[in-house]
Amino acid sequence: MKSRIALVVALSIATVGPVAAQTKDANAEFEKFRAEMEESSPAELFEAKGEELWKAKRGPNKVSLAESCDLGQGPGKVEGAWVKMPRYFADADAVMDGERRIVWCMVEKQGFKFEDIAKKPFQGANDNNAPDITNLVTYVASGSRNMAFDVPMHDPRVRDAFETGRAMAAYRAGPYDFSCNTCHGADGKRIRMQNLPNLSTPEGAIRGVQGWPGYRMTGGVMLTSQWRMNDCFRQQRFPEPKYASQAVTNLLTYMAGNSNGQMYKGPGIKR
Amino acid sequence: MKTLAMISGVAGAVALLAGCAGGPSRSEAEYRQLALDTIKRDFQAKGQAKFERLTADDVQQACNAHANTPPADLVIKLTGAQLSTIKLPADDKYLGDWKEGEKLAQSGRGFTWSDKADQPAGGNCYNCHQIGPQESSFGTVGPSLLGYGKTRGNTPEMQKYTYSKIYNAKAFNLCSEMPRFGHAGALNEKQIKDLVALLLDPASPVNK
Repeated sequence: MKSRIALVVALSIATVGPVAAQTKDANAEFEKFRAEMEESSPAELFEAKGEELWKAKRGPNKVSLAESCDLGQGPGKVEGAWVKMPRYFADADAVMDGERRIVWCMVEKQGFKFEDIAKKPFQGANDNNAPDITNLVTYVASGSRNMAFDVPMHDPRVRDAFETGRAMAAYRAGPYDFSCNTCHGADGKRIRMQNLPNLSTPEGAIRGVQGWPGYRMTGGVMLTSQWRMNDCFRQQRFPEPKYASQAVTNLLTYMAGNSNGQMYKGPGIKR
Repeated sequence: MKTLAMISGVAGAVALLAGCAGGPSRSEAEYRQLALDTIKRDFQAKGQAKFERLTADDVQQACNAHANTPPADLVIKLTGAQLSTIKLPADDKYLGDWKEGEKLAQSGRGFTWSDKADQPAGGNCYNCHQIGPQESSFGTVGPSLLGYGKTRGNTPEMQKYTYSKIYNAKAFNLCSEMPRFGHAGALNEKQIKDLVALLLDPASPVNK
């Protein structure tokens, strides 16, 4: 709480200073705040709920994900799985990101209906609880804390998803002629005060996947990469990408693939 | 026949090599097509953001197909066509009210699936540009417009150009990142005049 007040004070003081200094100070101040918050991260609450859900026998088939869901490292194995996805899964014959894979397991192994999961996959500002899938994603992602991204880019199917994602990021359409790259295709750009990572570079791509899933202080909600992609397209003035679709996997492959070799710090804190 | 077999053998070896090296196995044009097919399959209408928005118009297509640098003849043809879409004010007056322009420049509203379709869109200007000296929260996707009128002069030609640029940026730079606010129906004549005043009126803080 003290840090939150300090941030507000720092931001208000900064508004009287020169613009460049202000941006720098505000960013530095937020990074300090984030570091403090992440020491006792609210994301851990969601991890704990996710772990319970992962181990519980659930769904019409009364089976647990811990005994049935293979994230690529063997059934139930969570450690190191997040940073090695998206990857190709032979049983689904598809390249899948982590969230899409967990949804696939919930449907195929536990017997849940995809439509029921996809109906409301993200926590809204007025929702007290995050959806089960968000908790599960947070738990799985926490199993790769402080591990380097290692997306299997040598697999031609993963490479195809990556290249298609890259091409999707360049696709301009809609009333404002925007593509992902309008905001995320060059270094050092901002919308208002918000810094925009250049997703075509390793330094920018890691900023696109780092800290997700993340606890967002705006609204106090836990959100995933799937949500981040969804809200980007809203701001791009596009229609909506379908939840857990190949389109979203392709974009996440583009970003995670470009992040290979860099460390994932685990579920984080977002503005 | 032997030649054919040899050619396909070579092609296979090349593909295999590409596969081993982990490089892309298709051309950029093929990936562009795959991207488009994926988008059309995996996106759905929401709120005012209808499915048709996914279809690129001729300008967007040219920019998409050529990584935002289409060949000169195509640029000339399409910028010319975009120029002809610009409806200039019938009264030949370009300077509106800079105070209204400032309000409009501040608003980032409009055209997302969460915006109400019957609400007017904002100018979204500060999202990407520095404009008035009092506003320190500005974007840097576009160039700074601070001092716009002071450096360029508040001439009738500059007023007409500025109006036209806001109306349809693609008439001047085909693959500009700037939306075509008049062409897209986001801003009307009065609103664009107010923005021109914000940029060019000597009384506007932009030029103080």
